[in-house]
Amino acid sequence: MAAGMPANGRVDRNAIGESLKDAAVAAGLAAILGFFFLALRTDIATGGLELTTRWQLYFLAVAIVFAGRMVLNVLVFRTERPVTKTILSASSAFGARLGALGGWAGRILFVFAVLLPFFLSYFFPQQQRQYIDLAILIMTYIMLGWGLNIVVGLAGLLDLGYVAFYAVGAYSFALLAQFFHLGFWTALPLAGILAAFWGVILGFPVLRLRGDYLAIVTLAFGEIIRIVLLNWYTFTNGPDGISGIPKPTFFGLQLARGEGSFADFFGIEYAPIHRFIYLYYIIFLLAIVTNLVTIRLRRLPVGRAWEALREDEIACRSLGINTRNTKLTAFAIGAMFGGFAGSFFATRQGFISPESFTFIESATILAIVVLGGLGSQIGVVIASVVLIGGLEVLRNLDFLREIFGAGFDPTRYRMLIFGLAMVLIMVWKPRGLVASREPTAVLKEKKKIGADMVAQGEGH
Amino acid sequence: MEYFIQQLVNGLTLGSIYGLIAIGYTMVYGIIGMINFAHGDIFMVGAFIALATFLALVTLGFASLPLILLIVIIVAMMFTSAWGWTVERLAYRPLRGSFRLAPLITAIGMSIVLQNFVQITQGARVKPLPPQIQGGVTLMQGSTENGTIVVQLSYMQMIIIATTLVLMTGFSLLISRTSLGRAQRACEQDAKMAALVGVNVDRTISLTFVMGAALAAVAGFMFLLLYGVIDFYIGFLAGVKAFTAAVLGGIGSLPGAMLGGILIGLIEVMWSGYFTVEYKDVAAFSILAIVLIFLPSGLLGRPEVEKV
Repeated sequence: MAAGMPANGRVDRNAIGESLKDAAVAAGLAAILGFFFLALRTDIATGGLELTTRWQLYFLAVAIVFAGRMVLNVLVFRTERPVTKTILSASSAFGARLGALGGWAGRILFVFAVLLPFFLSYFFPQQQRQYIDLAILIMTYIMLGWGLNIVVGLAGLLDLGYVAFYAVGAYSFALLAQFFHLGFWTALPLAGILAAFWGVILGFPVLRLRGDYLAIVTLAFGEIIRIVLLNWYTFTNGPDGISGIPKPTFFGLQLARGEGSFADFFGIEYAPIHRFIYLYYIIFLLAIVTNLVTIRLRRLPVGRAWEALREDEIACRSLGINTRNTKLTAFAIGAMFGGFAGSFFATRQGFISPESFTFIESATILAIVVLGGLGSQIGVVIASVVLIGGLEVLRNLDFLREIFGAGFDPTRYRMLIFGLAMVLIMVWKPRGLVASREPTAVLKEKKKIGADMVAQGEGH
Repeated sequence: MEYFIQQLVNGLTLGSIYGLIAIGYTMVYGIIGMINFAHGDIFMVGAFIALATFLALVTLGFASLPLILLIVIIVAMMFTSAWGWTVERLAYRPLRGSFRLAPLITAIGMSIVLQNFVQITQGARVKPLPPQIQGGVTLMQGSTENGTIVVQLSYMQMIIIATTLVLMTGFSLLISRTSLGRAQRACEQDAKMAALVGVNVDRTISLTFVMGAALAAVAGFMFLLLYGVIDFYIGFLAGVKAFTAAVLGGIGSLPGAMLGGILIGLIEVMWSGYFTVEYKDVAAFSILAIVLIFLPSGLLGRPEVEKV
């Protein structure tokens, strides 16, 4: 791990000497921090725990920190022309342009997403299934991100338990299918309604809370729902989960082999990939619906009330906005989309268990929303592709194994890199990747507000 | 009755551990108004450092157990403090003055980083440590239809409670009597004003993190001794419960954190003893929600005044 940030922005005359000193401090800190974790390792051995030493790894890590800090010092922190300046200005220009071109970039991405399955089957017939699967996954997170964006990005309510509604949606569909034999399309609206209902139930008592307190209570609610799902064995089957969840049908046609199936009806040859392409279009449709509803809602009075609430709650109240109802609608609508995504997740997997709905899932969705830029729809798309796609790319980096030896498993480092990326992107751009926030309600002409000029509405 | 008293003793022990962690939350919240989400994982890091130190000392041939315990506590406090300092420096200081969600996100990121760093470097399997301190004193004995029940206060529980008391006393003195404590309280009241009268705010905040981490390290070592098993994931649950304790006692208040910790420990133990073990976490989480909704300033906290 690299050590701290520069002490201040001052550029030293004695740049190299200062840099060396600073890098030495960083390496010393790394040596202190790493000693018990890199140099020593406890392992279970016969007759209790055993301590092994790994000096080589330890000194290598310290050396890497020294070198890395030195390079950073020379190129970034202690020079008059840091390389990051150019990258930063280019990227912020990119972000601003994306914000300005939001419409066009969105349209291009939309067309690309529509054509994606054909594109994949044309160019990558071999790995088609794998890529479609990845596209479905990313699209699911885009939808979840858009759903959470209503709560966090528009209404400014920090929700750390969003996964609860995802779980409610998934379990609603799974249980409805199990006990009442409902199909996906019938259960989908019900799952959404149930999730919205839970959104209101959980939202109602916490409305008076704000900021961090709200975050921690929603986290608690998310965990409560998970623990109940885990322990209510007779109803939810506990940790064993629910399997055999039905697949979605196409207007009553099964996407399977045989009589009366999709392939049979249309007279085409059956291929298992059809089901995946169909799933992809379902989640794509759901995500687009989420997006369109959000965009429409922003123009309605309730959407404007959300944004006003985000900017200043006290001003809202004094203007006569019913903050309770406004917050509840945000919670309910966000939860509903979470529920839709949940039932899609259930039908896609065919099996669900409480393990899929842990806190880390909530954190991932929140990270997507915040890193993308609060309230920015296109930002959610970019952040999902970067974070989720990035994780999957890491899983497939076989060439790293050739460099670091056969025992090297990149997937072990996925979450570590994920966490580091969260910290670094946030420190680098606290307002998210697409950081321009325009008021959607304007009197005469649109004025651009630099995102960092706007204080996050916490009532002060 | 005997059963109840035994549970009381167990609850006090567990509560002391939660209280020690809760102080870190409450101080950080008091001074910069953020939830240090990674604090639970600092506690976990402390437990791992304590375990490694303990094993190293045993391997080196130290025979006297009290000496070993003392050295482990000191080493764990020092090294864990370094972790606390680094987390603040890397993830929170650059975001000071940024909007309120930003440090919370980096805190979650740091929590993920710490968990996975420990998992990768130390392995995902649990680390069992056989009980080191055995024996105890029998407080009372009673008989029921199922046989006799013995209320026992083990030496380990005594050590945990005594250490907590000593640390708490020392810490309260540190906050109320030293110039560092004065600076800390000044920053808590008004950081800008404190800076104007010459308090080094950044340094004070760093030291707050260092102190919180040191106490969490002791809590980690106690946890290791009490349960005899740790893994990289213990920080999350313990962290949320300790935060609940801080909120229950009134965030920003040191005696409140200790009181809240003991209450949470008691509630958890009583719940497991009289109701179901499976839902003990639900009990803790529900209390968090209930307290925040009906008693947002906690038992000993000051009511928050909303400024326009």
